[in-house]
Amino acid sequence: MQTDNSIYNTRGRIFDIQKFSVHDGPGIRTIIFLKGCVLRCRWCCNPESQNWEIETMLQNGVKKVIGYETTVAEVMKTVLQDKPYYRRSGGGVTLSGGETLCQPEFARALFTACHENGVNTAIETTLCAEWDVIEPFLPLIDTFLVDIKHMDSEKHREFTTQPNELIHENIKKLAHAGANLIVRVPVIPTFNDTPKELHDIAVFAYEELGVREMHILPYHRLGYDKYIGLGRDYPMGDLPSPDKDKMEMLRRICASTGIICHIGG
Amino acid sequence: MVKYNIIDMERTPRIGHLIDALFDHMPEIEADRAVLLTESYKQTEGEPIVTRRAKAFAHICENLPIVIRDEELIVGSATKVARGCQVFPEYSFDWLEAEFDTVETRTADPFHISEETKKTLHEVYKYWGGRTTSELATSYMAPETLLAMKHNIFTPGNYFYNGIGHVTVNYGKVLKIGYRGIIEEAKAERAKYGFEHPEYASRTHFLDAVILSCEAAITYAKRYAKLAMDMADACTDAQRKKELLTIAMNCARVPENGAQSFYEACQSFWFIQMLLQIESSGHSISPGRFDQYMYPYYKADLEAGKISPVFAQELMDCIWVKLNDLNKVRDAASAEGFAGYSLFQNLIAGGQTPDGRDATNDLSFMCIQATKHVLLPMPSFSVRVWNGSPHEFLLKAAELTRTGVGLPAYYNDEVIIPSLLSRGIAIEDARNYNIIGCVEPQAPGKTDGWHDAAFFNMCRPLELVMNAGADKSGAEADGVQIGPKTPDVTTMKTFDEFFDAYKTQTNYMLKLLVNADNAIDMAHAERCPLPFQSCMVEDCIGRGKSLQNGGAIYNFTGPQGFGIANMTDALYAVKTLVFEQKKLTMAELKEAVEHNFGEDISDKMASLLTTKEIERLAAQGKPVSENTIKETFKRLKSQGNTSDFQRARYKKVRVLIDTVPKYGNDVEEVDNFAREVAYTYSRPMETFKNPRGGQYQAGLYPVSANVPLGAQTGATADGRLAFAPIADGVSPTAGKDTHGPTASCNSVSHLDHGIASNGTLFNMKFHPSALEGQAGLESFVALIRGYFDQKGSHVQFNVVSRETLIDAQKNPDKYKSLVVRVAGYSALFTTLSKSLQDDIINRTEQSRF
Repeated sequence: MQTDNSIYNTRGRIFDIQKFSVHDGPGIRTIIFLKGCVLRCRWCCNPESQNWEIETMLQNGVKKVIGYETTVAEVMKTVLQDKPYYRRSGGGVTLSGGETLCQPEFARALFTACHENGVNTAIETTLCAEWDVIEPFLPLIDTFLVDIKHMDSEKHREFTTQPNELIHENIKKLAHAGANLIVRVPVIPTFNDTPKELHDIAVFAYEELGVREMHILPYHRLGYDKYIGLGRDYPMGDLPSPDKDKMEMLRRICASTGIICHIGG
Repeated sequence: MVKYNIIDMERTPRIGHLIDALFDHMPEIEADRAVLLTESYKQTEGEPIVTRRAKAFAHICENLPIVIRDEELIVGSATKVARGCQVFPEYSFDWLEAEFDTVETRTADPFHISEETKKTLHEVYKYWGGRTTSELATSYMAPETLLAMKHNIFTPGNYFYNGIGHVTVNYGKVLKIGYRGIIEEAKAERAKYGFEHPEYASRTHFLDAVILSCEAAITYAKRYAKLAMDMADACTDAQRKKELLTIAMNCARVPENGAQSFYEACQSFWFIQMLLQIESSGHSISPGRFDQYMYPYYKADLEAGKISPVFAQELMDCIWVKLNDLNKVRDAASAEGFAGYSLFQNLIAGGQTPDGRDATNDLSFMCIQATKHVLLPMPSFSVRVWNGSPHEFLLKAAELTRTGVGLPAYYNDEVIIPSLLSRGIAIEDARNYNIIGCVEPQAPGKTDGWHDAAFFNMCRPLELVMNAGADKSGAEADGVQIGPKTPDVTTMKTFDEFFDAYKTQTNYMLKLLVNADNAIDMAHAERCPLPFQSCMVEDCIGRGKSLQNGGAIYNFTGPQGFGIANMTDALYAVKTLVFEQKKLTMAELKEAVEHNFGEDISDKMASLLTTKEIERLAAQGKPVSENTIKETFKRLKSQGNTSDFQRARYKKVRVLIDTVPKYGNDVEEVDNFAREVAYTYSRPMETFKNPRGGQYQAGLYPVSANVPLGAQTGATADGRLAFAPIADGVSPTAGKDTHGPTASCNSVSHLDHGIASNGTLFNMKFHPSALEGQAGLESFVALIRGYFDQKGSHVQFNVVSRETLIDAQKNPDKYKSLVVRVAGYSALFTTLSKSLQDDIINRTEQSRF
């Protein structure tokens, strides 16, 4: 790894690096969680990712500082530790968040560094950004993992604080540009878990975008402790997770459009 | 075009019945062998020992009760009751006599023993006083060695009290030429010795013993032929009658002659396997490369249309069940160390041919299938992985892992073959390696490896360093000087000084360990040479001497060290906190460790220590009052902590230690340091020699001894509390590897696995969800590949949820067949002691898939 190059000195703010993830892109991956997001999805399981500001969260009774400044060089040191596993599995790095596109310079530098070191790249993004910001990423990213949360813009805004027009516009442009797209849908009871809502998304993905593969991810409550740890209310109340049968039913409905649909990442 | 015929075959109902029958009864101790052995020994007083051994073996083969169990296709049982065991008083006996009344109720591996058997054995044992290998070995040991053993620095208990085992004989040869062929070979060899030959006496007696032993094996099989014939005559079920007649024909032909079919080869294999375990009580008699030496028979039958894959699979499944029919009773302490009724019969599939091509064949896949069909602890099933291993083979293996049976263990040819070469093993033999017992590689049919020769507790020398060679901590602490007088730690100025003291203590203790093992080695040569086993290992017949006298081509002694993770973390903490950052003085650290970091110990442990201390006081003639006992208990229970203020101070030291980076998290500096720590054990080890003309080689694995031997060890500077388990194998300390499985793998791969040529053991535990779906299997295989790319030598997995294990602990009846990976082997979870169960539950569960 060359570190005299300026991209390696690019700074950014992240809050976690998680190794050995196999649900966020192909193979065994290292996920870099960037801090700060433009959406405030009610079901978000990483509430500590949302604010740009560095904050403290109580974890098992211990105060933990969430978020730190780092450089591409520092991150790459960790990333490259798992290169043997990327090579064997076709895996690599996934940038997640928060919203990666909030730190475009850092993210571009990180992706460039990955490619320079022969590491496959993926991004998990809301796509809630101007196309000018997104376009330069096209050659740098091997797989885009993109949420389509709801086809109805008003409901989208109600549950995420942002409407969906810009996001869906960007997805179309990505698809048009031939990006390798995997569509994901968080299945959230009371928000988008009816057969019709899922079906509409599948039709959009398969017919309008020409996407081959979609993943439906059941809502889970694993973020609960984090909200409490941050001194915040849990926005989803007591809402239970959708059960296996329901997910399977929804999967079939999506698959009926012709798209390949998996439950989970 | 598919290269392998991989059929996902259903298990036949027969296999289910055979398994159920295995668990019908509690394992039971039987006396027949001991009685026959003793009868023979009484008649052969004064004859050469090798002759006496052969005559005793023959007497046993001629008279041991034989049974054919319901529905069996492969026959030959060492005991009347399934999973029963014979006993072997020629090695040691007093422990069993002492445990007659507790062996049935003890926590680890209980056995039923009838009053009649007790009485019979009691009579038999009268003969054996002063005649066992263990007594002779003790008298050969230096007093310093006995002292170190008393203080739990190491334990050679395995071979001290039992046979050696730990061998893979040349099964292929017996399958091919039969014992008749071996008899011919021995006769031809014997004819070479003229009366004037200087070793005429020893060699001809050995060869005669071989001939007698082979004849005995043939006789034994023929008794089964007759029994099967008699049973067929009496059988009214046409199908079973036919089966019994085939069995009768098989047993009449093999193992006397070369096998002419796959079925005969299976039967022949089984007689070899079980008779080896009648001759001696050594465990880890490992079938090795079953898929290689059995394949020619399978291929020939298949091509001739004489066998269907389904029937071949059923025969293999029958063998897999039979491997669980054999059993062995150990003393209570050893049972903890080898828990799970395990005989460690390691069987391996895949790998390379002696000339370096991929060796995977249809039987390799069928071995996986058989293991999946029976889901039992035996065989200890392993697979070899090399750069050219077919991906589909590894995926099939991963599917087996996913069942949670803890099998297979994965071995890396790319590390093991060069490692064996470095020990002087020829390239063809190295490529042909298999695994013995837990994790020990060797060249089959040519090696007497003495793998598992002792456990060396790497934590104990550090305790000695803290007290300048005196034992002031641990379960036998009495302040006696047992190691060299290294400098007072509080006067040390550099870490090197401290590390040197650790090496000094270790080196001294390793020499005593060698002293112990060599004494035991000599005792076995003198009192228990094994002509039957020897005739199937090269070049005993050619050299005219038994394995125990150095007849094998390759001779080793492989004692295993354990506690790498604890010692790495402890020494690294000392280096960082005391000598570099100076956040702690040595005196403060020493005090905190001595007081168990301000924590109490369990009542049970405190009572045990109190008893020992009171006994010592009494022995010294000091007055012991009620009050003395009470005060002693209080002091030991609290570990000398007298105030909350004091406790808080010591606890703070432990918190500070916790902040130092730990082994298992892919921290380069720590992991490189671990490599150095492992060298303190493995480097001196390779300089020692054994009496069979071979060298010592280090292993780094604990079987399951990390728990009981941890219970003998005081607190350590890595923050481990007194008497808690020690980390297993080369795995990171449970709960200290917090960066996921790739980080653990990367850390472990920093060790030099090659120099630990007696094997290393890396345990990982996965939640079942980790292997879900095709993607889960693929990632799992990639993880193994990635670890092996970095020169890891072995890895094994427990795939079972924490909740399941906790539930099994509470409701053992519901989980009688739940198999978990313990160390180098799998065992039934509910048969393990509570503390070992806890240890398995607490090992880090990697569920982050």
